[in-house]
Amino acid sequence: MGSVRINDVEVDVDPKSNIIQAAQQAGVEIPYYCWHHDLSVVASCRMCLVEVGEKKPDGTVSMFPKLVPACQTPAKPGTVVITDSDKVKKSREQTLEYLLLNHPLDCSICDQAGECYLQDYTYKFGRAHSRLNEPKVQRLDKYHIGDQIALFTDRCVMCTRCVRFTREISGTSELHVVNRGSVEEIDVFPGHECNNKLAGNVVDLCPVGALCSKDFLYKKRVWWLKSANSVCTGCSTGCSIEVDQNEDKIFRLRPRENPQAQGSFMCDEGRFGWKYVNSEDRLLAPRKGKLGTATPSPATEEKPKSDLDFSDPWPNILNDVNQAIAEAARHDAHKFVAIFSPFMTCEEAYLLASHLKSINSHIRLVLGPVPVVGADDCYPKGPKGESPAPDKVKFTIRAEKCPNRLGVSAILKHFQGEVIEWSTVQSELAAKHLQSALFVGGYPQPVLSNADVQNLSELRLLIVQDILRSKLTDNANFVLASASFAEREGTVVNHAGLAQRCHAAVRPPAEARADGRILMELAGRRGLFHADSLLQEIGAVIPAFAALKEATMGELGVKALS
Amino acid sequence: MSEENSKAKKHVTWAEPPQMTLMETLYIPAIAAGIGTTVKRMFGKNETRQYPEVEPEIPPNYRGVHRLNRDDQGRVKCVACFLCQTVCPAKCITIEATATDKTDPNWADRDKYPATFEIDELRCIYCGMCEQACPVDAIELTSIYDLTGLSREEMIFDKEKLLEVFDETTQSGKDPVRTKRGTLGPASEILVDLPDESSSSDHPSS
Repeated sequence: MGSVRINDVEVDVDPKSNIIQAAQQAGVEIPYYCWHHDLSVVASCRMCLVEVGEKKPDGTVSMFPKLVPACQTPAKPGTVVITDSDKVKKSREQTLEYLLLNHPLDCSICDQAGECYLQDYTYKFGRAHSRLNEPKVQRLDKYHIGDQIALFTDRCVMCTRCVRFTREISGTSELHVVNRGSVEEIDVFPGHECNNKLAGNVVDLCPVGALCSKDFLYKKRVWWLKSANSVCTGCSTGCSIEVDQNEDKIFRLRPRENPQAQGSFMCDEGRFGWKYVNSEDRLLAPRKGKLGTATPSPATEEKPKSDLDFSDPWPNILNDVNQAIAEAARHDAHKFVAIFSPFMTCEEAYLLASHLKSINSHIRLVLGPVPVVGADDCYPKGPKGESPAPDKVKFTIRAEKCPNRLGVSAILKHFQGEVIEWSTVQSELAAKHLQSALFVGGYPQPVLSNADVQNLSELRLLIVQDILRSKLTDNANFVLASASFAEREGTVVNHAGLAQRCHAAVRPPAEARADGRILMELAGRRGLFHADSLLQEIGAVIPAFAALKEATMGELGVKALS
Repeated sequence: MSEENSKAKKHVTWAEPPQMTLMETLYIPAIAAGIGTTVKRMFGKNETRQYPEVEPEIPPNYRGVHRLNRDDQGRVKCVACFLCQTVCPAKCITIEATATDKTDPNWADRDKYPATFEIDELRCIYCGMCEQACPVDAIELTSIYDLTGLSREEMIFDKEKLLEVFDETTQSGKDPVRTKRGTLGPASEILVDLPDESSSSDHPSS
């Protein structure tokens, strides 16, 4: 650590950091466009120019005559930085004036408006009016730049963050700068569009509205979005994300920077993989009784409630579920299995496991099917699409497409000493050894084979807690309509044992309820579902989770399991 | 309680009505004065208006029913920036934006337009802030003051209805388009009367 002076503030900084980072540490804002801590430094936008000097051993300070880019200058001990002099202010104003020369004033229709660095910096550091008398250069928009990305060419400030991202993080190098000078543009080679699995990140990286997500384009002005910190459930990497919603509708997911989890980015599978939350197949209310073999029309399942019907279907059904479980356990507890989904949070798995074990300790707790697709996909890719060397990996899309296998396994292991895999139960089902089952779903895509569904449907008692309607829910004796990842609180443990907290962004649809709430009532516990206090309990009861008891979770998570 | 009452009484000043004089208690002079006023008004200038046969003259800055202006090609001028919906204190505006069809030559110069645009005229408080917020002068309040309807649904004006109001009011000449920012596509024109650079205060160094 070395001491650096930023304006009047003396801070101790890591000598590897640059002046922008040192200034952030000192609480001083230095504006920048092209710099990003995960990308290489090009110092091309000239927005971060500051006055820099050096403290000599005799105590005098000698300033460099020219302004230097803060992103490129290491904050070595003894550096003196001035960011609020007239010289610096003038420079920022002029840089912004050049950036805005040909920038169209179409903030009113630009998706970035509201979270645009050009807007913010112009407001803070720029001029109010343009002095350009000539018409602005207008360029054609490029909607072909990628399946998910549109380029509004004339909004670009040529920071080349997107170009560096595709070269350094995804390794696919689709985006390039073509031409020079005032006709400089971002483009792709014909037929080589930017469709890699990390492509959506260039939209987040773009400091202005040049690269826009086609999925989100014109859907909502950003100042109406409210964010909730959450965790992507697409794979076991467990990327920290923000879920942006308005009026209980999700509009987009964005990566939330978390060096412990994934870094600054997320993959497109996760980014656009939330659409099932608004699926028409969502279960909207709990149900008792099978629907029968004929494919029922949705009208028979969800009878529209009258506006004046405030009756709550849940207490009766949960009561019946409890009785049915008790009866099945009394009959033969060895033939009762509870199948835990790796999409459950730790709190939910704990509630259900402790409840079932308290009814009858012979009930077997099973880890449900763990969806695995292909192999881990590592980035940056080499020139021929080959995976990088293990020490060069900057981002991994994991093959295990569920968020919390480790967490649920640890809880099951605590309650019965071992984790019973799904394949064991599968063969028992096929051999007709089982009588009743409680199946917790929550999978965005169906994971059970037709034979499994058939076998489960033939059981004497089948209780299904799920989010999407399927053949399995149609044939269940009880259906508990639960919530998707965006609708519930809880903790998930990623592939590396990092426990992270998800926060509910929206409310579950209609009569559906968050799993935690269902299980609290099913277990007959007093009070409301409160993830923090449950986590304290889990930490106290389960030694493997002891780390969760001590530490406050925070938004970046805690290393729980190793 | 009683303490409070006595406290309150200290701060209350009781005023008695003034004593009436003898002439006032007779009431006859007051009646005569009243008849006098009636008679005077019978022959004087008529102060009331025969509404609805005679309609009032509405000042040009009156804030009545909204309209959505058309641009010079007859398209809806609104670019769906949502600023009116954002600024609206009564939350009576609901817009859904959509991208234009780029293959349609009529829309080639526009990126975004409102697919739906609804104003709940019952919820609106006619403050005119939408008009002020609009960067492209697409929404304006007209001089239509006598808005009636038979149901709440009827009073939610959609885009077509609001454009209809524009056609009606401009054709009848009652409400000419008030703004002078000229033709406009994507909100990108420059204001004609920019403040004089040399004298402006935001440029101290020159």
